[in-house]
Amino acid sequence: MNKETIIKISDLAKIDIKDDQIDDILTSLEKILNLVDEMNSVNTDNVTPMSHPLNLKQELRKDIVGASDERELFQKNNIHTDNGYYIVPKIID
Amino acid sequence: MHNKTVSELKKYLEEKKISSVELTKHFVDRIKAIDPHLNSFISLTEEYAITQAKKIDLEISKGKIRPLAGIPLAQKDIFCTKGLKTTCGSKMLENFISPYNATVVEKLNDAGMVIIGKTNMDEFAMGSSNETSYFGDVKNPWDIEYVPGGSSGGSAASVAARLIPCSTGTDTGGSIRQPASLTGVCGIKPTYGRVSRYGMIAFASSLDQAGIFTRTAEDCAILLTHISGYDPKDSTSSRKDVPDYEKECKQKFTSMTIGIPIEFLDGLDNTVKEVFEESIKVLEKNGCKFKKISLKSSKLGVSAYQVVAPAECSSNLSRFDGVRFGHRADNTKNIDDLYKKSRSEGFGQEVKRRILIGTYALSAGYYDAYYLKAQKIRKVISNEFAEAFKEVDLILGPTAPDCAFKIGEKSNDPIAMYLSDVFTVSTNLAGLPAMSLPMGFKNHLPLGLQIIGNHFDEAKILSLAHHYQKITDWHTKKPKLSGD
Repeated sequence: MNKETIIKISDLAKIDIKDDQIDDILTSLEKILNLVDEMNSVNTDNVTPMSHPLNLKQELRKDIVGASDERELFQKNNIHTDNGYYIVPKIID
Repeated sequence: MHNKTVSELKKYLEEKKISSVELTKHFVDRIKAIDPHLNSFISLTEEYAITQAKKIDLEISKGKIRPLAGIPLAQKDIFCTKGLKTTCGSKMLENFISPYNATVVEKLNDAGMVIIGKTNMDEFAMGSSNETSYFGDVKNPWDIEYVPGGSSGGSAASVAARLIPCSTGTDTGGSIRQPASLTGVCGIKPTYGRVSRYGMIAFASSLDQAGIFTRTAEDCAILLTHISGYDPKDSTSSRKDVPDYEKECKQKFTSMTIGIPIEFLDGLDNTVKEVFEESIKVLEKNGCKFKKISLKSSKLGVSAYQVVAPAECSSNLSRFDGVRFGHRADNTKNIDDLYKKSRSEGFGQEVKRRILIGTYALSAGYYDAYYLKAQKIRKVISNEFAEAFKEVDLILGPTAPDCAFKIGEKSNDPIAMYLSDVFTVSTNLAGLPAMSLPMGFKNHLPLGLQIIGNHFDEAKILSLAHHYQKITDWHTKKPKLSGD
């Protein structure tokens, strides 16, 4: 991991990082990755990865319309709406 | 009245010795007097609570008594509560009003409980000290210079301080059990899937589970019965029948074989070890057999957790984009700028750190080395538990490696903070139920005893915990509080 990695992942994660914060973040993430690397002390070549803690398969349900349209209720949490739409900065020039 | 347990309050209300409104006012007044010293609540819902309490009193007067009618409750501020704020301890959701109830909230409301407030927590449940909350640190009621643990620090501290008889919590890597240990209360994390996660703001979906804080195992059993069960709104919730945990835990105690993982004692703090060994002696004299077992990969739990939890959080928290709900930054140039500024202003340092680690672990070329490897380690840990449960009924150990630490002591050292969950994370990785209950003190600070069970063995855990509390009195100790 290096400074370029931090810049790349912060862009992927959509989080702004100021230049003067990069070194501190790099140091703390490297420490975490060192801790994570301890996993390599165990050989897991023949281990099937866990897919569910109880080994259950994802349930499927019948495709029946359930909850009603509650757009107005959900949009009460946002003042940036218009006619049921969300207002965002211009996307297409 | 605040020293009564849920079980006792239930009788008082049913026998009309006190009304729900009187009880609600008593706890609201107590919170107003004491909580300024502790900061265990993010919001008080006084008006809402009084309305609920009046409704319950009316029902009681007409002979309709719901199972937990009129008993005050605090909800961790991670559970959506319709019409009330749900902040998740974050600036991101500072003004978010839940449009619906979480299933846990719905079930406890239906049982007649009265929500008095929403408790403080580490931001998005990411922390072990309650210092990452946007709404300020929670103080440990036993000594306000110390942390209460986290992430459900407010729920634990409020129960310990007798500001509320019971509260809800969530546990992703120890967030119920570790604060229960550090504040001297009972906290149970059920089996993954036992309790619906619908309306519980997601952190790491393959680990998160809702649970309960109370002062006694009996009270934990009472509440757990009401929050458990299948929910069609949560596809990971289990269809397994829910026993009457209260009835089960109060049945005559039958002898159990209990496993002690040798790895949990290796290098353990001397006082914690002595207190833990004392609790073994007490149980040995009272019908339990003990056996040393090995969970040799459990020490890798924190490493695997530090991949799985951040990876899943980086995905879950991508919904906070400043568009539909949550914090939105002003003066943004374009959509990318809106996402980045809103998220950078809305999230705190620890949440950002975990999102970055998770994004890295899931980024192209790293999936196999991190997430896949961690899921394999989970399997190894889970298999070791499964082997152990062929020989023992339950597993016992300390909940945390030490008592509470001072506020600020570990806040700049994420690794030291993560290691305070060393005994709790492996049960989340394996989806097992576990509980913490008070077992003694180190100086003036409480220590917790952790009981781990096999999948869906909550009744066995509660039975042992109830038995322990009949022969010890650690759970009756209470902190001296300013304003009390």
